Amino acid sequence: MEAQFIKRFHYCLILLFWVSISFSQVSEDMVTIGAGSYVPLYGTADKKPVYIKSFLLDVYPVTNQEYLEFLKTNSAYRKSKIKRLFANTTYLYEWSGDLSFGNLNSNAPVTNVSWFAAKEYCECQGKRLPTLDEWEYVAMADEKRKDARTREEFNKYILSWYEKNKTYNNSVGKTFKNYWGVYDMHGLVWEWTFDFNSIFLSGESRKDKDTDKDLFCGSGSVNATDLMNYAAFMRYAFRGSIKANYTTKNLGFRCAKNISN
Amino acid sequence: MKKMILLVIASLFILGCNSKEEKQDIKDKPITDLSIYNLPEKWTNQDGKDIELKELRGKVLVMVMIYTSCKSACPRLVADMRNIESKIPKEYKDKVQLVLVSIDPTVDTPKRLKDFSIENKMTGNQWVFLRSNEENTREFAAVLAVNYKKISPIDFSHSNIISVFNAEGELAFQQEGLGVSYDKTVSKIKEEAAKVE
Repeated sequence: MEAQFIKRFHYCLILLFWVSISFSQVSEDMVTIGAGSYVPLYGTADKKPVYIKSFLLDVYPVTNQEYLEFLKTNSAYRKSKIKRLFANTTYLYEWSGDLSFGNLNSNAPVTNVSWFAAKEYCECQGKRLPTLDEWEYVAMADEKRKDARTREEFNKYILSWYEKNKTYNNSVGKTFKNYWGVYDMHGLVWEWTFDFNSIFLSGESRKDKDTDKDLFCGSGSVNATDLMNYAAFMRYAFRGSIKANYTTKNLGFRCAKNISN
Repeated sequence: MKKMILLVIASLFILGCNSKEEKQDIKDKPITDLSIYNLPEKWTNQDGKDIELKELRGKVLVMVMIYTSCKSACPRLVADMRNIESKIPKEYKDKVQLVLVSIDPTVDTPKRLKDFSIENKMTGNQWVFLRSNEENTREFAAVLAVNYKKISPIDFSHSNIISVFNAEGELAFQQEGLGVSYDKTVSKIKEEAAKVE
């Protein structure tokens, strides 16, 4: 009788252990980003705020090791197999083979990945790429505030990182943890967003052109708002300059997910 | 203990990702690396019929992305498409497909696309209007290097690009901007159409 009870108890423990593993996996990988609204630098016709619905976001960018796991089951995305339509010739440039990231740090963000590859990776995990508006919404938080965009030190931090080289081979999770519990939005690599190709910095959109002009030809004094705009402008300009099959060594990604009701 | 390990391993397999490789079915010749026919997504045309891009394989494609409620740039893009079409020599007409892809799938239903095609006198077999969901549209725009963004409930800003694809679905030429000369576009279409059997 007692033996059977102990046996049952053991099964329960095992089950509990297993359940807790699967649950902790979710909670460690992703955090909930609360709903809110903000006015992005670009995008709305009349500078009205955009509304962001609550969603889940990866705490860290996807690492080389994680990407390697993905390639094991998705051979079409290996370095030697990927179609040129989906990634240019510098795809996984520093990887030494189809299933080896060479001298790169296993815990560093995977870079030299195209938008198509990033999108496929996320879809394979039952996730998606964050939208540009979602990404920027999370990226405006510092350690304590949801929106630190007007804080001078925050902008200086971001801009000083833009001038640094080779942060792409650092491990994830070494920069600051922001208000939402997300790491590495600034200070490690730039990241793909689902609708990166929604930027107009030149060409057809007159309004955006005027904004650029204001940025460059504005008055001589640099205040916090200018810095904030400049930092965001750099990201938007970068996104506006890339194509979906482009890959560069300082561009990685992380995944997002809708909150199911 | 063994059971637990098995359970964990089994759960990892369930969590793991299914390879999508079985999706590719090769009709006769393999699709080339740079072909848009690598895209597996389904589209709906102006007659409400579901089609895969692959079904257009073998023809020269002239493609543009528009939305039907557009008042400024699109009418000019549409006019460009009509002008280009009128410049295609008779012997090549059945080798060229002119494709207008909607960037506004919520508003541009198949019926709306049909109405638009009638209003704009683009009802011949050479005209195809396509729509899909938001995700596929975004991906297709990425392939065409067309940028677009919804800037208000009814308006989008978008790149004005007309793309020419050869019979294999590889990008052969792109005409960028409004009011530019389409001579080069037409000569590229002729060049590619001449190669079609």
